[in-house]
Amino acid sequence: MNGIPAIDHMDRQIVLATQEGLPLTARPYHAVAKRVGLEPQEVIVRMRRLLDQGVIRRIGVIPNHYALGYLGNGMAVWDVADESVLEMGRMIGDLDYVSHCYLRPRFPPEWPYNLFAMVHGHDRGQVLERVDKINAVMDEDARAHDVLFSTRILKKTGLRLPT
Amino acid sequence: MNELEKRLLDGFQRGFPLTERPFAEIARQLNAEEDQVIGALEGLSESGIISRVGAAFAPGGIGASTLAALAAPPERLEEIAELVNGFEEVNHNYEREHRLNLWFVITAPDRDGVDRVIAEISRRSGLEVLDLPMLESYRLNLGFDLQWS
Repeated sequence: MNGIPAIDHMDRQIVLATQEGLPLTARPYHAVAKRVGLEPQEVIVRMRRLLDQGVIRRIGVIPNHYALGYLGNGMAVWDVADESVLEMGRMIGDLDYVSHCYLRPRFPPEWPYNLFAMVHGHDRGQVLERVDKINAVMDEDARAHDVLFSTRILKKTGLRLPT
Repeated sequence: MNELEKRLLDGFQRGFPLTERPFAEIARQLNAEEDQVIGALEGLSESGIISRVGAAFAPGGIGASTLAALAAPPERLEEIAELVNGFEEVNHNYEREHRLNLWFVITAPDRDGVDRVIAEISRRSGLEVLDLPMLESYRLNLGFDLQWS
């Protein structure tokens, strides 16, 4: 995504201090402030600015889709002509069972796909049904597609910002 | 899951208060007590239903990142997964059913940092690493609709 402003050193400290989540205490921003050496109000102001700037997308309860029974998480991929990809991407990104929809470079011949969507469902069958529906709408705009199911999570951390 | 937990999951995937006592603010909105809200979130966290309460950062907003993939020969999968997981710049790593069977996200302060990790994984594994950075996002991820069925 373009246009996201650079963050300064202190913003970065706040990101580092919160990447594993806010402490579940009555005054979580006080705890963060203590860690980074700021006043609590300054932490709140900076986090609000990061949210306004889009560096933080949202603050809230981050669910674990697997634990909620969304076991069928499939990474659906398509090869879409460059001139149609914006329209197709927006259409797919609007679906309520899609959590991410990204344009990425192709890596031919190994990887011909440029449009990626994380499609969720209670099981694999439901994910495949949903991908089929998307395929029907895309029609000839998709030259090739695939769905990659994950078999194991080998590593998952909220966000690791190397220092 | 109890009613309070469901309402926390449904209503607070975004818009968590940026106020001195955010859990008290949530409690007020849900007609509950602050310590009930904190307790419910602790429970959801301990049972793994939520991964955390906090910020979701935009990819690219706090440095550089990419989605990388490689095709590990089945007999070397564990060894290579361990190699990949060993990098602190790798924050997600999934095994997927495909010839390209390892998919992982690399995040570093800048693009050079991402490049170094890719080069190092490639050198140490002897495998080609696909570098598929996000070019455009078509969904502003504002949470996820949950269906209580």
